[in-house]
Amino acid sequence: MKKSVFLGTLSAAALSAGIASAATLDDVKARGELNCGVTTGLTGFAVPDANGNWTGFDVAVCRAVAAAVLGDPAKVKFVPTTGQTRFTALASGEVDMLARNTTWTFSRDTDLKFDFVGVNYYDGQGFMVRKDLGVSSAKELAGATICIQTGTTTELNLADYFKANNMEYQPVAIETNAEGEQQYLAGACDAYTTDASGLAATRAAFADPENHIILPEIISKEPLGPLVRHGDNEWGDIVMWTLNALVAAEEYGITSANLEEQAANSPNPEVKRLLGSSEDDLGAMIKLDKEWAKRAIAASGNYGEIFAATIGESTPIGLARGLNAQWTQGGLLYSPPFR
Amino acid sequence: MANVHDVPKDTFRLSMLLYDTRYRSLTIQVVIFMLFMAGIAWLIDNTVDNLRALGKDPVFDYSFLGNRAGYDISQRLIEYTNDSTHARAMLVGLLNTLLVSVLGCIAATILGVFAGVLRLSKSWIVARLMTVYVEVTRNVPLLLWILLVYAVFTEAMPAPNAFRPNAEGVAGASMILGDSVAITNRYTAIPNPMYVRDLGTISLGIVHISVNFLVLVAIIAGSIWANRRILAHAAAVQEATGVRPTTWWKSLLTLFGPVVAFLWFMGFHLEYPELKGFNFAGGINVTNSLMALWLALTLYTAAFIAEIVRAGIQAISKGQTEAAFALGLRPGRTMSLVILPQALRVIIPPLISQYLNLTKNSSLAIAVGYLDLRGTLGGITLNQTGRELEAILLMAGIYLTISLIISGAMNVYNKSVKLKER
Repeated sequence: MKKSVFLGTLSAAALSAGIASAATLDDVKARGELNCGVTTGLTGFAVPDANGNWTGFDVAVCRAVAAAVLGDPAKVKFVPTTGQTRFTALASGEVDMLARNTTWTFSRDTDLKFDFVGVNYYDGQGFMVRKDLGVSSAKELAGATICIQTGTTTELNLADYFKANNMEYQPVAIETNAEGEQQYLAGACDAYTTDASGLAATRAAFADPENHIILPEIISKEPLGPLVRHGDNEWGDIVMWTLNALVAAEEYGITSANLEEQAANSPNPEVKRLLGSSEDDLGAMIKLDKEWAKRAIAASGNYGEIFAATIGESTPIGLARGLNAQWTQGGLLYSPPFR
Repeated sequence: MANVHDVPKDTFRLSMLLYDTRYRSLTIQVVIFMLFMAGIAWLIDNTVDNLRALGKDPVFDYSFLGNRAGYDISQRLIEYTNDSTHARAMLVGLLNTLLVSVLGCIAATILGVFAGVLRLSKSWIVARLMTVYVEVTRNVPLLLWILLVYAVFTEAMPAPNAFRPNAEGVAGASMILGDSVAITNRYTAIPNPMYVRDLGTISLGIVHISVNFLVLVAIIAGSIWANRRILAHAAAVQEATGVRPTTWWKSLLTLFGPVVAFLWFMGFHLEYPELKGFNFAGGINVTNSLMALWLALTLYTAAFIAEIVRAGIQAISKGQTEAAFALGLRPGRTMSLVILPQALRVIIPPLISQYLNLTKNSSLAIAVGYLDLRGTLGGITLNQTGRELEAILLMAGIYLTISLIISGAMNVYNKSVKLKER
């Protein structure tokens, strides 16, 4: 009896695991909670506060998706993942999506069987060193010891960059950003390298940020974006268009403050379509209700608001919009039309 | 199904499979075996199904090992660049695993035997100190020890640039052992053995071995063999005449003469580490992750070995010690000539387990970023190629092979020291 119950449970678990990867949307709805993979803690991007509430730039994407799908931005279970565990977590179905400053690359999109649904931060890899090291360019780092998170694209870029410049270096492999921070501060490495945004965020958390500089060289393209499992296009569409909705909202001037007013009175038919106050029912096309995008925007505001609140110039991290400005402002953010 | 045989004596009915005690156990075993196989088949089928559901190829394909690895490894025993293949990165990791395991086993055995013997010391303070060492070390998880030792190295040791003299010509830290060793918060820089003359290298397909090193090993092996012959000859003379010829100078000459002569001829010298740029260069930089892992594994495993040694010694009857004392043997010689050889047969089997434990525990290297097999094949390679199942299975297979080899070799040794019954 016991044995049969055990076997039954096993096969049920196996069956449900098999189904989970097939229709993530139904699974999330049935669960009433979105499992979202984030970093183990990177100030500004994804970090839990004293009460265990996650906040940050990547977290806002998770919350927007939860708001669109489940109607409540709080219904997210954040799963911290390291550079090494993130892909296994997503592939195995432990998380429904990753919003974890992950670089969109060819092999990840194809060979690893994931789908990147867009870019929420255009980044590049940089180096941070102590000011008193007297280094002003990455080209002067020959022979340096460099801390690097394993299992990342930065690891490969670093190897390529030093090879291209015919320089030697000693890599110190670390697992999480917190560990890297500790090693760097202890002086176990001369330089810490990761995405420039990550460096700025890490530096902001130092006791003496003014004693550390980020070198001017940006050695790679790092388009960071949320990703989902390959093969479930329905779910991929939802995450993609939620992200696009946040970007479009900024472009059309829809903010969390004027959301209701825009929905009711906007002269722009696209705004009305986006917010679900026109005749067209865009939500039904992705198996959601009419006001999905409105809720997504209401969760933490439009892209610009999220940026300003989490990593923008008024925060300790102080990142400029740069490439991440709207296309109308000379940046790369460009949402396809909602039609 | 009806019974077809009608001879009453040899009648076999199907029901006998269940009710006849002669067959019942066989029936049960067959049924259990079939259930077991069905379970395994179900697991494999389930894996393949789920892999397919995830859009992954359920066929095990190891061709990714031939692709360019693209990442760098700081601690390596053989040539490796980021242009090398994943297979070579795996080999570098495997050698790193073996390096720390071998170093750990040697150091743990020496420390463990000392601690075990000293725990039985008549001196109260020595015995208690060893008790404290054993109990404190083995009752705290190994991972914590590794992190602790690593933290001591990275937080308490000076950075390499502290060794550079400042404007007043005073350096914040200095090298030890006659300016030959520098312990920094990144690595321990030790002198590099160099030869003026080089006999070249032999290429064994994937690894290049220095001929100088091979010749040195051959000379040492030859010296040890010759020394054993001298000792055997002395024993034979002693058997025949009762007088043992003096051998100490012959032994010294055979053991060290050829080696010193060879090193002198080849122009052996040490290249001392020197601070160049950001780091020490010239010597060998042993990374702190290796040092931390080695020390922690040694301390932890030695505590267990100490207990095994103590148990082995206490298993030898007190009468043996008293007999040795009666023959006039000093306590030290009693221990090394009478007690330890007999204790070995009790010590070896559990010692094998400790060596296996140490080797497998070395996979905790990931905590300090030491790129062993788990760090290369099971870490970066797995992550960059996305072949989780293949990489993990291959890694498990390799660890299994290493463990079986250690176990086999130690069992051979165990056979040679165990009690020979005549």
